[in-house]
Amino acid sequence: MKNIQEVSRVTIRFAGDSGDGIQLTGNQFTRTTAIALNDLSTLPDYPAEIRAPAGTLYGVSGFQIQFSSQNVHTPGDEVDVLVAMNPAALQAGLKSLKKNGIIIINADAFTERNLRMANFSENPLENGFLAGYQVYPVDITRLTRDALEKIELSHKEKDRCKNFFALGMVYWLYNRSMDATIEWIERKFSRQPVWAEANVLTLKAGRNYAEATELFATSYRVPEAEIEPGIYRQITGNEALAFGLIAAAVKAKRNIFYGSYPITPASDVLQYMASYKHFGIKTLQAEDEIAAIGAAIGASFAGDIGVTATSGPGLALKSEFLGLAVMTELPLVVMDIQRSGPSTGMPTKTEQADLLQGLFGRSGEAPIPVIAASSPADCFYAAYEAVRVALRFMVPVLVFSDAYLANGAEPWKIPDTEGLPEIEIEFAKAGEDYAPYLRDPETLARRWALPGTPGLEHRLGGLEKQDLTGNVSYDPDNHEKMVRLRAEKVQRVGEFVEEPEIYGDPRGDVLVVSWGSTYGTVLTAVEQLRKEGKSVSFYHLRWMNPLPKKLETYIRRFRRVIVPEVNLGQLRRIIRGNYLVDAVGFNRMKGQPISVSELKHAIEALLEEKNNGR
Amino acid sequence: MADNIPVATKALKEDFASDQDVRWCPGCGDYAILAQMKKVLPEIGIPREKVVFISGIGCASRFPYYINSYGFHTIHGRAPAVATGIKLANPELSVWIITGDGDSLSIGGNHLIHLCRRNLDVNVILFNNQIYGLTKGQYSPTSPLGKVTKTTPYGSIDRPFNPISLVLSAGATFVARTIDRDTKHMAEIFKRAAAHKGCSFVEVYQNCNIFNDGAYRLLTEPETKFDQVLYLEDGKPLIYGKEKNRALRSNGFEVETLELNESVENQDLPVHRENSESEAYAQWLSRIGDVPGLPVPVGVFRAVQRETYEQLSEQQLAGAIQKKGPGDLKQLFISGDTWKVE
Repeated sequence: MKNIQEVSRVTIRFAGDSGDGIQLTGNQFTRTTAIALNDLSTLPDYPAEIRAPAGTLYGVSGFQIQFSSQNVHTPGDEVDVLVAMNPAALQAGLKSLKKNGIIIINADAFTERNLRMANFSENPLENGFLAGYQVYPVDITRLTRDALEKIELSHKEKDRCKNFFALGMVYWLYNRSMDATIEWIERKFSRQPVWAEANVLTLKAGRNYAEATELFATSYRVPEAEIEPGIYRQITGNEALAFGLIAAAVKAKRNIFYGSYPITPASDVLQYMASYKHFGIKTLQAEDEIAAIGAAIGASFAGDIGVTATSGPGLALKSEFLGLAVMTELPLVVMDIQRSGPSTGMPTKTEQADLLQGLFGRSGEAPIPVIAASSPADCFYAAYEAVRVALRFMVPVLVFSDAYLANGAEPWKIPDTEGLPEIEIEFAKAGEDYAPYLRDPETLARRWALPGTPGLEHRLGGLEKQDLTGNVSYDPDNHEKMVRLRAEKVQRVGEFVEEPEIYGDPRGDVLVVSWGSTYGTVLTAVEQLRKEGKSVSFYHLRWMNPLPKKLETYIRRFRRVIVPEVNLGQLRRIIRGNYLVDAVGFNRMKGQPISVSELKHAIEALLEEKNNGR
Repeated sequence: MADNIPVATKALKEDFASDQDVRWCPGCGDYAILAQMKKVLPEIGIPREKVVFISGIGCASRFPYYINSYGFHTIHGRAPAVATGIKLANPELSVWIITGDGDSLSIGGNHLIHLCRRNLDVNVILFNNQIYGLTKGQYSPTSPLGKVTKTTPYGSIDRPFNPISLVLSAGATFVARTIDRDTKHMAEIFKRAAAHKGCSFVEVYQNCNIFNDGAYRLLTEPETKFDQVLYLEDGKPLIYGKEKNRALRSNGFEVETLELNESVENQDLPVHRENSESEAYAQWLSRIGDVPGLPVPVGVFRAVQRETYEQLSEQQLAGAIQKKGPGDLKQLFISGDTWKVE
């Protein structure tokens, strides 16, 4: 008889060789979990190498999912269940496994050669190395072949199905229906019925094996979470950026011109954009980062919505052109999908260390509006809003994402397209009295006059502009005036966009201020601390420039301010400088998101400090 | 001339003069180029509002301010990048890139070659004065070996680029050279460049009378120019000299000089073909001027028709719409796996 235990929150990590179908397995489990109405968050973890040798530690591909009957904001720090398809996956996954956590192991992969490559001097299944965990070694490869005995496929081909055996076992363990995955397999392999049959057989074999052998003493059930009704899909940050841009183009009734140069982790966005040409998206894979932004600026001058995306090193290369966009006051969207730096750094790993580069990394006084996405799905809204602001204010806008958001996926409630904010553009018209730098009194935006319009001929350029006329000017007073006007225009974006709301009480002991992809982690930590009765509130920034007016108000209402970041304290530096407050940092630079438990400890320490009479 | 030149309209050269004071040094070769451009533009017949001048940085790059059309003075070396975006956003515009030897061959070398290989329908006018003028006299990527300048007091040890050879190998479909002092020829070349559909490249030998005066003296002075310059004419042999009595032809890969005593026809000379399928011929031609003692060819080295980048880009867009239908946001959002929460 099946012993079912109810749990509220689970984290599973699937891990194996790049060729083991780990991402596919993870995605199937995710979809099934979403259909079972659990809230969830996922993190794919690919090896940096394109084709890493099989069995190596650096070739391990992982997929982590946290799901719950309550809110989930992160893919989880500690893992409840590790599915290790080879010794390297076990070696790499152990450090994040909970004490007494479950390990499902493909014992067939524990050959001498694989053990050696994973730095095991002895077989950990035999020497007690895994004491303290619930270990389930299963001959997954052999059992898969057995299940497929009657299928006309080679051994090598059959072995490719073994991920579904593992998935079948995990489905049993969490009382999941296999219907969605079976339906997916049949659709995916509709033209290769032998593969459809093999994969379905293997999936069922895995589940049946768990059931028949009573492999696990207990199975688990995670009750349904309260999820807003609607149609959902999984979306990665990079996909969401592309969707946000396309949605904005449709709403603005203009073409997007997307110029980009391949760079990890931003290349996906160019790939997505290139496949949506039927939305009037023009893409240019430019000869370099500089040409990519230059072409986008040219396209904006001629009436398209110019967009470019890159990562930190590419943003550095684009900075001179960004300055030109500031000077010529053209609409432009630049997206920086940050990765670990400096220099080439760790291209596949996440970091938030481009903040100061994005805010200040240009020659001269060249402020621009900067928005930071807080989750994979939020990338959609960040890109959309960036286009709106760029067009409304005739200004280049920087969008921050990072490697964690780019590859991470979460369920996205598909928005009602009619409900998206309108984007209206008013071009200068033929016959009007046009001055290139005449400004809208409210937004300070100059007017956009498109080449091809008779009578509006004008010249733009990087030389300082005379106010109103846009003629070249070296006049000292004019320069000061223009520097201030450009800065003031950016500040006025703050009156156009919504300020974020505080989470928790509007006054208290500790205020956590964060930005970008740390959102989920910080929210989880603060939620937990508040449940424990701690006086902690949370303010997550969306526009990094201009900063919300409420930020200062809140900062003054808390005894201490802590700023968690995946950098050495770049936002903290700004907060200290702007508000003269002794904000402390919580900084980790491991190429990974910060962990909830570590952050909680840091906040607790700050609360203690206060109690000790500071 | 195989290209289709649009008929002239009533626009006058004054219409293309902007209200800005021209601020080049007195005697600069740039004035002649500006004057010819203002003269030629009305003859080309493209309305002012459809003309866009784009430049980088340098003396030449001030040019857009002096033409009353749309213009964009961008950053150093990057005019081709901006031009690419402009042309893709609106292929109907007549796009002119104004650049110098430092701007397009040094800091912007990468953009120039990629512009050529894509065959974007734009016109590049390269003012080659073999010197950095705006920064007051440093050697440039076209300065000759041994050139003494402020930054090469012992003579330059950099070998110069041959801009014509460079853009030919990069795939420019119209390649020509002219000289600032020969205004009639320059005007003709500008018209040809404008009429050509595809990437047109024109190198203008331009005198910087302040920092590199007389760099092209031999090509412009009456005593020497006839022996130093070879005017290329489509369908005609490669003939030069005051008496038109000297000719060039290839002997294998070498250049052979001939003295003509009888009529040209009798000499059985090969004729210049702008649209020769073989790029090797144009390359051979482009290197002649580098050989001491041989004349420098000016005129059209190559003019061939290829599909332009913006044509291909528009075809892809139209093709995608034909295949998939115009983009529908709702359809896009629900593409892939979706699920419904009641």
